[in-house]
Amino acid sequence: MKTLTLLLTLSLLASGCMADDDGDEGNENSWRFLQKQRDVAAVSNPQYQEECGSCHLAYPPGLLPARSWKKIMTHLDQHFDDNAELEADVQKQLTEYLLLHSADHSSYRRSGRIMRSLNGDDVPIRITELAYFRHKHNEIPQRMIKGNDKVGSLSNCNACHRRAEQGFFNEREINIPGYGAWDD
Amino acid sequence: MNYPLYIFLIFGLSASSVFAVNTSTVDRLLQNYRQQGAHDFDGKAGEKLWHQSFKNPKTGKLHNCTSCHSKNLRKPGKHVRTGKHIDPLAPSVNAERLTDIRKVKKWLLRNCKWTLGRKCTAQEKGNILRYLQSQ
Repeated sequence: MKTLTLLLTLSLLASGCMADDDGDEGNENSWRFLQKQRDVAAVSNPQYQEECGSCHLAYPPGLLPARSWKKIMTHLDQHFDDNAELEADVQKQLTEYLLLHSADHSSYRRSGRIMRSLNGDDVPIRITELAYFRHKHNEIPQRMIKGNDKVGSLSNCNACHRRAEQGFFNEREINIPGYGAWDD
Repeated sequence: MNYPLYIFLIFGLSASSVFAVNTSTVDRLLQNYRQQGAHDFDGKAGEKLWHQSFKNPKTGKLHNCTSCHSKNLRKPGKHVRTGKHIDPLAPSVNAERLTDIRKVKKWLLRNCKWTLGRKCTAQEKGNILRYLQSQ
């Protein structure tokens, strides 16, 4: 059994390395695998990136539970004081993608932590209001967020987490515009 | 000087197909709007509407199309709420603009509803397209 697991692991690593011509990306994939999916899953749907990513970062679906995405996707005409209406077929396809990859359907560790930080049947529609999120960001002074015109708001993940769309939120990767790395 | 007829035909067809690529999306939409009763689309009226401000009933703030698309259509814009970069809207600097019919329809619906607080009429949409097309 051990040999089988080892073989499987090796073949997965190899396929990760070969999946991309770019050597660095390949290593990254294997590194991620070794890290036991520590962060959240990367955004993997080009239509989602196109439709939602034209106004804001295409938030990785593993940052909210399925029930939250469902609520957000049924009120797109009143989407945080904006109109984000989609044609019915696109709306349906994107909802399916979000539900399937939501925090409660993800094996990624950070998604699991987000789920465990929720209160019972809470249906949060803002990532920034999650207990887990607030806990992680409560030490950052406002001058680095609101007072920083390159950031403006905590919902602008990729201002500091430059690879947010790829699902990387590791503290060591943080790069706050005008301030650099975060050291707490 | 006796060129066979097919040479003229080839030139004629290729010229008309280039023309068709450049205008078909807008033309198709304008045709739809005509069927809804709109006519004589006017770029000047489109430009006026583009710059006209409307009060958002929820936030109380005044918005117009330039709030996100910048005052210069040949320059990038910035989403007024999220700050996200928006590619220039003028087809003269961004050839992809006004070519995808689904995209044009989607944004005209969404952005009219958000900016004006209502759907645009077929006439207004046609005027705006004429204005954008000239940029």
